[in-house]
Amino acid sequence: MVRVAVLRVPGTNCDRETARAIEEAGAEAFVLHVGQLERGEEDLMNYHGLVIPGGFSYGDRIRAGAVLAARLGSKLDEQIEEFAASNRPILGICNGFQVLVELGLLPGFEGCRAALAPNESAHFECRWVWLKKTGSCDLAIGPPLQAMPIAHSEGRLVFSSPSCLEKAGSAGLIVYRYAKPDGSSADGEYPYNPNGSQGDVAALCNPSRMIMGIMPHPERAIYNWQTPLRLRPPAGLGIFRALISAAERSL
Amino acid sequence: MSRRLTRPADVGEIDLLGAGMEELTGIASAFGLSLKEAEVVKGYFVGLGRNPTDVELHAISQLWSEHCRHKTFRGIVMDEDGKGIVDDILSSYIARATEKIGAPWVVSFLEDDAGVVRFVDGYGVAVKVETHNHPSAIDPFGGAATGIGGVIRDVLAVWADPIALVDVLCFGPPDIHQEIGEFLHPRRIARGVVDGIGYYGNNVGIPTVAGAVCFDEGYVGNVVVYAGCLGLLPLDRYARNPRSGDALVLIGNRTGRDGMGGASFASSSLSGKVEELRPAVQIPDPIEEEKLLRFVSKVRDEGLASAITDLGGGGLAVAAAEIAGRASSGCFLDLDAVHVREEMKPWEILVSESQERMLLAAPSGNLDRVMDLAEEEELEASRIGSLTGTGIFEASHEEATVMGISVEFLLHPPKSVKVARRRRVREFDLGMPEPTSVEGALLELLSSPNVSSRESLIRTYDFEVRGNTAVKPLEEPFGGPNDAAVIKPLDERREGIVISVGLKPRYSRISPYWMAASSIEESLRNNVAVGGRRMAILDNFVWGSPEDPDNMWSLVEAARACHDLAMAFGTPFISGKDSLYNESPLGPVLPTLLITAVGLIPDVEKSVTVSLKNKGDSIYVLGTTRKELGGSEYYALRGAGWGHVPKVKPDESKAVMDCLTAAIDDGIVMAAHDVSDGGLGVALAEMVLSSGLGMEVSLRSVPGDLVKRDDYLLFSESNGRFIVEVEMGSEGRFEEIADEKGCTYARMGRVRGDRLQVEGYDGRTIIDLGHEELRDAWRREQW
Repeated sequence: MVRVAVLRVPGTNCDRETARAIEEAGAEAFVLHVGQLERGEEDLMNYHGLVIPGGFSYGDRIRAGAVLAARLGSKLDEQIEEFAASNRPILGICNGFQVLVELGLLPGFEGCRAALAPNESAHFECRWVWLKKTGSCDLAIGPPLQAMPIAHSEGRLVFSSPSCLEKAGSAGLIVYRYAKPDGSSADGEYPYNPNGSQGDVAALCNPSRMIMGIMPHPERAIYNWQTPLRLRPPAGLGIFRALISAAERSL
Repeated sequence: MSRRLTRPADVGEIDLLGAGMEELTGIASAFGLSLKEAEVVKGYFVGLGRNPTDVELHAISQLWSEHCRHKTFRGIVMDEDGKGIVDDILSSYIARATEKIGAPWVVSFLEDDAGVVRFVDGYGVAVKVETHNHPSAIDPFGGAATGIGGVIRDVLAVWADPIALVDVLCFGPPDIHQEIGEFLHPRRIARGVVDGIGYYGNNVGIPTVAGAVCFDEGYVGNVVVYAGCLGLLPLDRYARNPRSGDALVLIGNRTGRDGMGGASFASSSLSGKVEELRPAVQIPDPIEEEKLLRFVSKVRDEGLASAITDLGGGGLAVAAAEIAGRASSGCFLDLDAVHVREEMKPWEILVSESQERMLLAAPSGNLDRVMDLAEEEELEASRIGSLTGTGIFEASHEEATVMGISVEFLLHPPKSVKVARRRRVREFDLGMPEPTSVEGALLELLSSPNVSSRESLIRTYDFEVRGNTAVKPLEEPFGGPNDAAVIKPLDERREGIVISVGLKPRYSRISPYWMAASSIEESLRNNVAVGGRRMAILDNFVWGSPEDPDNMWSLVEAARACHDLAMAFGTPFISGKDSLYNESPLGPVLPTLLITAVGLIPDVEKSVTVSLKNKGDSIYVLGTTRKELGGSEYYALRGAGWGHVPKVKPDESKAVMDCLTAAIDDGIVMAAHDVSDGGLGVALAEMVLSSGLGMEVSLRSVPGDLVKRDDYLLFSESNGRFIVEVEMGSEGRFEEIADEKGCTYARMGRVRGDRLQVEGYDGRTIIDLGHEELRDAWRREQW
C-alpha cells in the first residue's frame, strides 16, 4: 500500500485533516514530526509520497514558511533531494506551498524565482474560491472547475520577472487559477482572486510535474457536509488521488 | 506547624503582627485585600506566631481575588435595611437550576476549569467561556489574544482536545466623537481585538466559528471581550485523582515578569494611565500553545497524569493550590526549579501570569515518560515539586522555606457581604412617529453597527481549519449570517455539535431580569434554528463594581432570571464566569450577560442554514409579534430610551422551538432564521441577502398582539420567533406539525424572484428592494 508522509513542526495545524484526506483517497498516511527525521528515527525513503500541510509553522516568523524551510534545508536537504530525485511526489498545501517556494523547489525552472507575498488586502482571509484547471501536473486530476476554501495572509504569488509567469503558463505549470463562478478568468478581481496573485495563480507545478504547491485547501473540500450547498460537489479528493497514483510508481 | 522561616535576601517580611489599624489598612490596600480580609489574614499569622513573607501575602492576594474566588457570587447579598436577599448567588440560582433539572447529558458542571456534556461514543464536549476585558482595554491585540490562549488551556485542563473557538465582543460606538480621555478609541480597540483573536486562533489552528459583536455607549471605557473554547474528550481518559506524593511538573513557556498580578488587576476598576498598566498584560505565543495541545493529548492518551490545570489568573500560586485542594493535600514547590525567562523574585515567580504554561500532577514513576513527551514536542518542562500529605502550601527558595500556609485557608476567603438597592422597573412606551418610508427605515437598520454585516471581520478568522466545520459562521458565497455553527468532531459519526450565543445587553437598561431571560432564550433559539437540541448553557456576567448597590441589584436580578429560565427550558448551566469591577472614569459597563449554548444535531447533513434555497417554497413566521420595542435597534436608532422590553414566554418559545426541530427532522425545512436585532424586517432581509433569491411576503397574516403598525410589526424584537422556508408541497405537513406542537404560526408568502417585497398591513407594498440595495446597506460598515 502507498505510504504518504505528512510533515509537522510546531505550528503546523492541518496535518490531521490532511492525513484523513489521504486515507480517504486510499493510501496510508503517517504524520511525522520533523524531529523524528532529524534524529534518524524515521527515514523519508520509507514513504512513497510527501505532503507538507497547512498551518503556521513557527508562527510564520520572518516570512510564511521561512523557518520550516530553513530547518528542512539545513538538516534534511539531502533526504529531500534524494526523495525528489527518486521521482516521488511532493505536495505543499498553503503553508506547505510557501515552504516549497522558500526551498526553491518551486517554480523549479532555470532563471525564475517566486514568492508568496502578503495578500493585497494586507490581512488574513478565509473564504471559498473557485479554481479553474489551466495546466497539467501529475498531482492534479479532477473537474475543470471546483470550489475550495483559502485561509492565508500570504498567498499572492509573484514571480521574479513577468517572463517567468508566461513561461510557467505556456509550459502548463500553472495548474489552477482563481476563477469566477462561471469559469471565466478572475483577472485579478477581488474576491474571486482573493489575494492579488499574479496571473490568478492558485497552484503551481514544477517542470518534472511531481512537485505541486497549492494555496487553497483541498483537504477541506472532501465531504459534502464540509462544502457549502451552492458550491457542491466537493472535488478536493482528486488532488490526493492524483498524489497517490503518482506515488504508486515508486512502490 | 509553626516553623521559623529563614529569609533569603530577596524575600521580604511584612510586619503584620505589629500592625495597628492604620498600618493594617495600608497593607490591605497594597495587597488588594479588604480590611476585613486583612484582619483575617492577621489572625491567621497571629496563630502561627510569626509574620508573613511577601511571597505569602502576594499568594493570598491572588488567591483571594474576585477573579479567582468569585467572592461576590459566593457571598451574601442584603438589602439596604440589612435584610438578606440571597446567600451564594452561584449555588442558589445557577447551580441549583442545574441540580434540579438533573439532565442526564451533564457530566461535570461548575466545578472544573470547563463544563462537560456527553456527546456520543463515550466522548464528552468540554466548554468554557472567559472574559479578558481589562487587558483588552489596555492592549487590545495582546489582551484579546491571551484571552483566547487562556480559554484554550481551560479546555486542555479537563483533558479535552480543543475543536472550536467562540468570540463575542462589545465596543463603544464606532462613530463616537466625544472626549474619551485616556481611553483608546472604540475603532482602534476593535481593530486590535479582532487582529489579536485572529492571530492567536489562526496560528494555534482552532477554527473560530461563532460569536457576536455589539456596540453601545456603555462600552466606551469598558471594552468587553469574551473568548470561548470547545473541546472533545474521551470520557474514560478524564483523570482527576491527584494524590499526595505525585510530582508536580510545570510545562511550557518560561516564567517571566509579564502579567504580574493579573488576577487582582482584573478584580479592580480601570483607572489612571493606560501605559502604566502594561505590565499586567501578558504576551501571547500561540505556537507554544500548539505544542501544549499535542502534549496534553498524548499524556492523556497514555494515562500518565493524575491531574492537570492551566496557569491563569494568579499563576502558579493559584494552580498549585487548586490541585492540592483537589487532592485534599498540601504541596511543596521549589521556586528555583521553575524555568524562568529573567531573574525574578520568589513572589514574582509564584504569581506571574506568563502564558502557555500548564501544571501537571503525575505519579513519579511516569515522570520520565512525561519529560520525553515534552521533549518530543520541543517543550520545556520542569519538575518543580510534589503533592504532600501536610495540608500546607510550602514553597522554598535557596533552600529556605519562604511560604507555609494551609491550603484550606488559601482556598477559603471570608464570605463577602454586599448590599443591593432595589430599583422599580417601570416600562412605558411613548411611541414613535410613523416613518415616511418603512423601506428607508429598514435600510437604515441594515447599515447600523449592531445589525450590519460582520463578514469582513469573520473572514479574518480561519473558520475551516481542522476541516470539521459543517455549518460556517458565514453562508457562502454571499456571507449571510448563520444563527449557529456546527462542528462534526468525529470522523466515524454523523452527529454534530451546535454552538450559538445570546446577547441582549441593551435590554438591561430597562430590566436586567428580562435582559438575562432574552439572552438565554435567544441562545437556544439560535441553536434550534440550525437543528440543535439537547442543549446546555454557559453564563458569563460582565458587570460594574459590586460595591455599588445598584449594580448588585441588577446582578441578582439577572442571576434570578438565569435560574428561572434554565428551569423553564430544562436547559442546565454547565459553566460560567463573572467579571465584575468593569468600571472606568466614564462609569460602569453596561450590565452584560453572554449566554453560550451548546447543542447536538443527530446528522450534520440535516443542518439548516439561513439562505433561501428554492423558488416556490413557502415562508412562514413562527411565534407572536408584540409591541416590544424597548431596547430595540429601531428605537435606539431614533434615540428612544423607552418601550416595553421583550419578555420571554417559555411555553410559547418551547412550542415554537419544538415545532421547528420536528419539521427539520422531517426534512421539510429548507432555511430558518431567528428573529432578533432589527426584528422581522432584518430577519427577512438577511435571508434574501444570503441567497441569490427573493421573497414576496405580507405582514397582514403575521400573528400579532394588538400590533397594527407596519414599522412596529417589522422592527419589534419579541422573543420566540423564527422565519422558516418550508419546501413547496410540504405546507400541509408543516402546519400539521405546528398544530401538534401548539405553535403559533402563519404563512407570510413565498420565495419568488430576486427582490425582497413586503406587503404592509393595509395591503400596499411597503418594501421592494433588490440584492444590490440590500447588500450595499448591509455592508456599509467595514470592520
